Amino acid sequence: MSDKILIAGNWAIGEAAIRAGCRFYAGYPITPQNELTEYMAENMRRAQGGTFIQAESEIAAVNMVLGASSAGARAMTSSSSPGISLKQEGISALAADELPAVIVNMMRGGPGLGNILPSQGDYFQATRGGGHGDYRTLVLAPASVQELADLTMDAFDLADKYRNPVMILGDGMTGQMMEPVEFGKPRPRRYNEKYILKGAGDGKSKFVRALILDALRMEEHNWKLVRKYRVIEQNEVRFETYKTGNARLIIIAYGIAARIAKGAINRLRDSGMKVGLIRPITLWPFPAQIIRDTAERIDRFLVFEMSTGQMIDDVKLALEGRGHVSFYGRPGGVVPTPAELAKAIIQEYRRVLA
Amino acid sequence: MQIKTVFAGFGGQGVLMMGYSFAQAAMFEGFHVTYLPSYGVEVRGGTANCTVAVSNEEIASPVASQPDYLVVMNNPSLLTFQTRIAPGGAFFLNSSIITGRPKRSDVDIWEVPTAEIAAELGNPRVQNVVMMGAYVKMTRMVSPESYLKSLKSILGSKKKAAMEINRKAFEAGFNHIE
Amino acid sequence: MKKVFSRPRSLKSTPFHYCAGCGHSIIHRVICEVIDELGIRGITIGVPPAGCAVVAYNYFDVDMLEAPHGRGCAVATGIKRTLPDRVVFSYQGDGDLAAIGTAETFHAANRGENITVIFINNAVYGMTGGQMAPTTLLGQASTTSPPGRNAILDGHPIRMSEILSNLEGTAYIERVAVNSAQNILRAKKAVKKAFQCQIDGAGFNMIEVLSQCPTNWKMNAVDACRWVDEVMSKTFPIGVIKDTVKGRKDAD
Repeated sequence: MSDKILIAGNWAIGEAAIRAGCRFYAGYPITPQNELTEYMAENMRRAQGGTFIQAESEIAAVNMVLGASSAGARAMTSSSSPGISLKQEGISALAADELPAVIVNMMRGGPGLGNILPSQGDYFQATRGGGHGDYRTLVLAPASVQELADLTMDAFDLADKYRNPVMILGDGMTGQMMEPVEFGKPRPRRYNEKYILKGAGDGKSKFVRALILDALRMEEHNWKLVRKYRVIEQNEVRFETYKTGNARLIIIAYGIAARIAKGAINRLRDSGMKVGLIRPITLWPFPAQIIRDTAERIDRFLVFEMSTGQMIDDVKLALEGRGHVSFYGRPGGVVPTPAELAKAIIQEYRRVLA
Repeated sequence: MQIKTVFAGFGGQGVLMMGYSFAQAAMFEGFHVTYLPSYGVEVRGGTANCTVAVSNEEIASPVASQPDYLVVMNNPSLLTFQTRIAPGGAFFLNSSIITGRPKRSDVDIWEVPTAEIAAELGNPRVQNVVMMGAYVKMTRMVSPESYLKSLKSILGSKKKAAMEINRKAFEAGFNHIE
Repeated sequence: MKKVFSRPRSLKSTPFHYCAGCGHSIIHRVICEVIDELGIRGITIGVPPAGCAVVAYNYFDVDMLEAPHGRGCAVATGIKRTLPDRVVFSYQGDGDLAAIGTAETFHAANRGENITVIFINNAVYGMTGGQMAPTTLLGQASTTSPPGRNAILDGHPIRMSEILSNLEGTAYIERVAVNSAQNILRAKKAVKKAFQCQIDGAGFNMIEVLSQCPTNWKMNAVDACRWVDEVMSKTFPIGVIKDTVKGRKDAD
């Protein structure tokens, strides 16, 4: 028997974070991610030097993370859609200050309060920065509890490596669902001490700030960030392909939707339909190249999202007019079964054959 | 092989624990598993359900289009799920309180009077484990040993007495069905 | 010849950008003198706000992290919890602390975060050009209360020091002014006591400073200083508001 434990997604994030050396967590309760906040409350105080704070608001929580990160702690906050909207001020500040932090969004139905069911309506918010100003956050989209654990650990390393906020974009279902997990070994932290504020000692004092009043200097800061983002786009794209080899129709889906898509594809393959899947694991940077390359030999794509259609824009941008893209979306907290999705795929597949 | 089971009943009947204990037992036996609970508003006093998928290969979707088995503890859950079960599947039905019977001839139906059996054991709270005894026996996905090991890890080592009554409940359910 | 006056070590030689007669530069200097006297420059981390003091890091020669508007107490909480042996202070204006950041301030105080808050109350939004602040006095004209603050339409000036003093988590709160030599000396004593309070681990402490803003009050500097005494301090009386560390060794 392996060291696998059967654990819910929200707990897996918490455990992976602590194992990765997260020593500061602040959060505010919101369904469907309360189990993560509770896990941190119970376990962070046990971790040596660990701090847990139930903050008065999402805004306070992310700003506590800002402070903790500047002081050298691996820091994390988590929430679900409406709470993530509140955190955008702090995420923008983290990006501007070039401070590492991990932000977890277990998405629920929206807009507004919406509901507490699994949804994928926050794709635009996550991949376009989300707050004000010219910036990006790395966005990781796990599709299983194991991947939630693995990507949480990676998120801390990526945040340090690029001194940038990293978002884990899950949903209510990946958070609540239990699957066996084996936790990976954390890597030793590599983060230059010079970025940590801990008092000037006898030396020169430092400051970290986002305010740059001079236009030319602000512009230079913007371009500096963009140069960093280009490096991230070069190095950090992740995706999975599934049965794309002889496929005539490609489904593109991320997160839990990709799991449902795999179920649908397996059914269709059993009846001889050549359907495959491209699953973006990083939503920003978006795996545009593999989609573009795939379009060299396959010209039919179906984007499936638990939203009214957001990632489809990135797919179209990646294709630059090549191929034909259709869409199947289930917003509002509806989780279609593989059979339901398969019906939508069959309709599209008939057009392929026609 | 990929088998999906829905466990459903009232909140408080231990429905989520049934699914979790089974999923963990399947994991002990080396299967791929997913456990998907209903959550939020609907579990506050209302009905509760969870879906457990067990497979010898990676599980594509944790969401079930057509579950193979339904373990059903109350009337409303039977109404909700009876048409969704795959042909050739099976129902494990708490006959102590479920008055209706599914109008389907393409599934097996196993009736378990969990309340009466638990009453004989002197503990009405172990009805869910009685049901699991019957379920484990007839589905043959996990061994009784794996299931009891899973149960033990859930109850914790401190509660020896609790484990004992649950073991009896499991055996009673297991032996009830021939 | 004996040197009797010089720039504190913790204060950079950068000329202040503040308006003539503004209280900020005096308060900066007071804080830096205290940091020097306590010998804590090397372990102090400051959190400047959005507002007139937004570039305070150009003046304070200590490590600093700028907070988003109103979040000083949350940011300071994150730093202090991560580095409990450092001295962490936030520097916040009245809009920052008592309007957009009320929740952060209130809850940091309630948790008894062991930080020092320097709260600059000048009864007006300075940086944005003289709008009404949560601390604007009744009848006081501002660009967003042109006929004067009206209690029915605009609400009342908020006394944050008194409000926070009701919370169990607060250890020491004093309101001071910097409109006269005597008041500046008192202010310095209070700031020093606040930092000492943090060093001793007593919990949340705050010094509210009534700070003259001649530009937005549309007065000359002398009249502004007089207005603090004759008008502003009637709504915001100076003095110790809460002191749970009395009897401890005096900071002097």
